[in-house]
Amino acid sequence: MKETAFVSKDQNRAKTRNLVVIGILGLLIVIAFMISMNTGFIRLTPLEVIRTLFGYGTEKQQLILFEFRLPRIVISVLVGMGLAVSGCVLQGISRNALADPGILGINAGAGLAVMLYISFFPTTTTVPVFFLPVLAFSGAGITAIIIYSLAYKRNEGISPMRLILTGVAIAAGISSVMIVLTLRLSPENYQFLATWLAGSIWGSNWKFVLALLPWILVLIPFVFSKARVLNVFNLGDLTATGLGASIEKERRVLLAAAVGLAGASVSISGGIGFVGLIGPHLARQLVGSRHQYLIPAAALSGGLLVLIADTMGRWILQPSEIPAGIVVAVIGAPYFLYLLSRLKD
Amino acid sequence: MSTPAGVSAEIEELIEKNKKSRPIVAIIILFGGIFALLVSIALSISFGAADINLETVWTAVFHFNPDLTPHQIIREIRMPRVLGAAMVGSCFAVAGALMQGMTRNPLADSGLLGLNAGAAFMLALCFAFFPGLPFMYLIMYSFLGAGLGAGIVYGIGSMSRGGLTPMRLVLAGAAVSALLGALSEGIALYFRIGQDLAFWYAGGVSGTKWINLQVMSPWVIAAMIGAIIISRSITLLSLGDEVAIGLGQKTKTIKVFGMILVLVLAGSAVSVVGAVGFVGLIVPHLTRLLVGHDYRWIIPCSIVIGGLLVVLADLAARMINPPYETPIGALIALIGVPFFLYLARKGGREL
Repeated sequence: MKETAFVSKDQNRAKTRNLVVIGILGLLIVIAFMISMNTGFIRLTPLEVIRTLFGYGTEKQQLILFEFRLPRIVISVLVGMGLAVSGCVLQGISRNALADPGILGINAGAGLAVMLYISFFPTTTTVPVFFLPVLAFSGAGITAIIIYSLAYKRNEGISPMRLILTGVAIAAGISSVMIVLTLRLSPENYQFLATWLAGSIWGSNWKFVLALLPWILVLIPFVFSKARVLNVFNLGDLTATGLGASIEKERRVLLAAAVGLAGASVSISGGIGFVGLIGPHLARQLVGSRHQYLIPAAALSGGLLVLIADTMGRWILQPSEIPAGIVVAVIGAPYFLYLLSRLKD
Repeated sequence: MSTPAGVSAEIEELIEKNKKSRPIVAIIILFGGIFALLVSIALSISFGAADINLETVWTAVFHFNPDLTPHQIIREIRMPRVLGAAMVGSCFAVAGALMQGMTRNPLADSGLLGLNAGAAFMLALCFAFFPGLPFMYLIMYSFLGAGLGAGIVYGIGSMSRGGLTPMRLVLAGAAVSALLGALSEGIALYFRIGQDLAFWYAGGVSGTKWINLQVMSPWVIAAMIGAIIISRSITLLSLGDEVAIGLGQKTKTIKVFGMILVLVLAGSAVSVVGAVGFVGLIVPHLTRLLVGHDYRWIIPCSIVIGGLLVVLADLAARMINPPYETPIGALIALIGVPFFLYLARKGGREL
């Protein structure tokens, strides 16, 4: 683990360096954004993209860009940010390098809630979009509570490994319930749900952006404002209590924020796993483990990751699309395995 | 395994001392279990959309008359299905028992350790690229796939710093399953074979045909006989590698042989019903609780109880919400998940 920023004597230089890194990540998102704009069945040159963005494009270009590609790209970035920050918080509060809303089963809980809704009210056009994140949040919240209480042991508290194992098992249980539900669906609904579950950015529509945006805009700054608390958590529960942090209360509040971020993201994107794992780890490699830098860096790398995955998914097997969730899992699972092999118990 | 008589007696004593074994209970379970299995097979055959009473089942099996429709239904649809369920249950259970014994890992199960996902991935590939492949070849690919999954999981597990702990293996298994699952899902979406695959992933014995059983049974029977032959060595391995080596066991050979058996069993079961998990986890634990730690009893009893569990699960799956069938994989997971949580809560201590 390179915790250069943490131990560096020259705080100021580390600060500048980290800000530069975060700036570069932002720049990369802009570049990926431009590339993603160009990727798809109908190609547009970068110049055309810029022209259209400023309102000088043809009507067709406007339609493609504003109605199809742009919302999708925005959603990819937002979802990536939400999941990565959620993972970052979960890793922070549990001091568990392998924590991720997908692996812990929180995404599965959110997915189940959405799916229950869709299978009982099958006409997806009438689903009030703003309701979806709320629904997903409650599903994710219930699951999180179940997992937390099952993994809790009175004398030992929560051990990281047991937490993850419990999450894996709960996720397995939930997915079996989901399988039961999918078989009841008509083929059209099934195809839709299967694509959604595989983590495709399906709501390529401004309405979904609006549904997701408030959650991201409120919760990420909130988590950011708690960066100091998260830093204290890193030192261990005893030290944190010694420093005057009211551990359990802060932990619950942060956990709720993480669940909210994951739930809202999943309700729009479907099952994208591993972003919450890779984003923070990547960020930690780049800017060290202080949450003031870690959270923005994680958010940006998460956004970048999902954006790239979605773009690649559109590009690899043209003209058909691979859901972003599958692309992320193919990158993420090996990374998880790598982390697992380095982790000591 | 030509140990002198004196050492052999010593081994017996050691087993007796360390791991209590209850042969009488085991014999009762074997006979009672076989009886229960036969009864539930008969019940399962008689239950279905077309109502058929037990008498008809009897005559259809022993005095088959091709002119009668019920007899046709029994012979062509229900019998292969139920026998398939029994066979698959036994396969998963024995595979789980072997893995638990060899690795001393209480959380070992072919589903949890990535074998099922590997086999399923291979089958998805086959469905996509060679749609008409005969079952005889499918099952071979399934073995290969199981080997692939196991290879990755154990490879990662043994590369890691802390060694092969049970929890680490399960986590590696979960990640490998996620990876292979994502890949199969991508294939399914791309080739539009999704819903076929979904049913089959969830564990459908409904499509079982005589040809599947014909192809599968020689492999399965051979593997089970193999498992019973090495069961004594498995017991010794379950006491720890040092003990087993000290008692003159060729641990490497046995482990390789055992692993091949596991691959064959899990692979052939997956090729028929898809990735049903948790059978290999639940059954051996239950059996161990009942008959003690001697694998010479655990393995035969697992064959019976595993078959019984899946036949009953299949029966329940058809009874819950007729005429729809609930996938048995999902049903078994509903029992398996709490059980797994219980084991994980105990801390995944070594057997």
